[in-house]
Amino acid sequence: MVSTQRKAVALISGGLDSLLAAKAMMEQGVHVEGINFYTGFCVEGHTHAIRKKDKAKPKRNNALWVAEQLGIKLHIVDIIEEYKDVVINPSHGYGQHMNPCLDCKGFMVKKAHEWIEANGFDFIVTGEVIGQRPMSQRKDTMPVIARESGAGDLLVRPLCAQHLPATLPEQQGWIDREQMFDFSGRTRKPQMALAEKYGFEEYAQPAGGCCFLTDEKYSKKISDLWESRGVRDYELDDIMLLKVGRHIRPKKHFKVIIGREEGENNFLSGYRKMFTSLKTTSHAGPLALLDCVNGEASDEDIELAAQIVARYSQGRTADKVEVEVTNKQGVSRLIEVTPISPSQLDESWHV
Amino acid sequence: MSHYTLDAKRLMCPMPVIRTQDKVAELQVGDTLEVTCTDPGAMNDIPAWCRINGHEVVSSSEEKGEVIITVKVGEA
Repeated sequence: MVSTQRKAVALISGGLDSLLAAKAMMEQGVHVEGINFYTGFCVEGHTHAIRKKDKAKPKRNNALWVAEQLGIKLHIVDIIEEYKDVVINPSHGYGQHMNPCLDCKGFMVKKAHEWIEANGFDFIVTGEVIGQRPMSQRKDTMPVIARESGAGDLLVRPLCAQHLPATLPEQQGWIDREQMFDFSGRTRKPQMALAEKYGFEEYAQPAGGCCFLTDEKYSKKISDLWESRGVRDYELDDIMLLKVGRHIRPKKHFKVIIGREEGENNFLSGYRKMFTSLKTTSHAGPLALLDCVNGEASDEDIELAAQIVARYSQGRTADKVEVEVTNKQGVSRLIEVTPISPSQLDESWHV
Repeated sequence: MSHYTLDAKRLMCPMPVIRTQDKVAELQVGDTLEVTCTDPGAMNDIPAWCRINGHEVVSSSEEKGEVIITVKVGEA
């Protein structure tokens, strides 16, 4: 009898767990390909690419790197648009910050399920470990992901499979339950031991996950964006800009985004056609964007923004600082302002 | 065999890879695709994507903040 090689798609985040889960299936003779979803909130190379101080860090995409270590194909899927609904209306709510972890995992497994159906694959693999994450990786929530994603018993979690009911691939004998694992809890020791057994010496260890939505400061910036606009929505440019610069909101209807170093200034300069921009000319200083809810900022708003930008320039203690203000059409004018004093720069303005 | 170009400027990692992947999926074996990016990470990511998916990087250069990579479509 000729046995058919079974095919699985593994959700690859770029971290250790999904690397091991995929490898465990390959060890059982399964043909594995990777799938990685880009939500726009992923903490990946772009954050390193923006900031000049991080230039020395390797700018690799961890998911691609993991796929290369495994010798498997990787399919990267842009889910930015569809993912908005997960972030804006999570049916299971948020975690500690703006992280909709349970809905997120369910959504990604659902997309993977659609992918295996479209591509003739047999099942889905994830690196989930029971008890490892407070929201999405719990004994009571892991079945929710399998059910709500539609993947059901085609969802295999090799690292903790022995704690879970047998999946279809196990029942059918495509894979052997005994050769999977019983990891649980937040300890990383079993994963590190398995990595050593498989010969993986180097792997990414993102602290607290690989998503900006688990970050307290980032989450506050999203809340601020929605509150100021009066609507819970975003575009990719919005969420990219929240990763960069100092955000100061002196009035409900506008905020100033100020570059903190050269790399951020360069990144912000790419947005000069979308925002009014400010740059000190009499003194060295950062580039800033004026993000105004109502479209065009008033002269009064621009003057206040310029005073704030001057505060972050080399002329912070000068009586007068000259600031170049450029509108979206590229038309510039010079204004002279007194840098705002620290006592006037209200702490609550810092988003 | 044809030559194509792709503008991935201002896109940050991994969007240049995604755009490259999606464009290559439309092309024939032996076609070439010249991708222009401003994210320096593309210099690592696009060649890595080519290696694991069976395509070839025939040239790459980095000048004045622009990365230009030419990919030859393989038998993926």
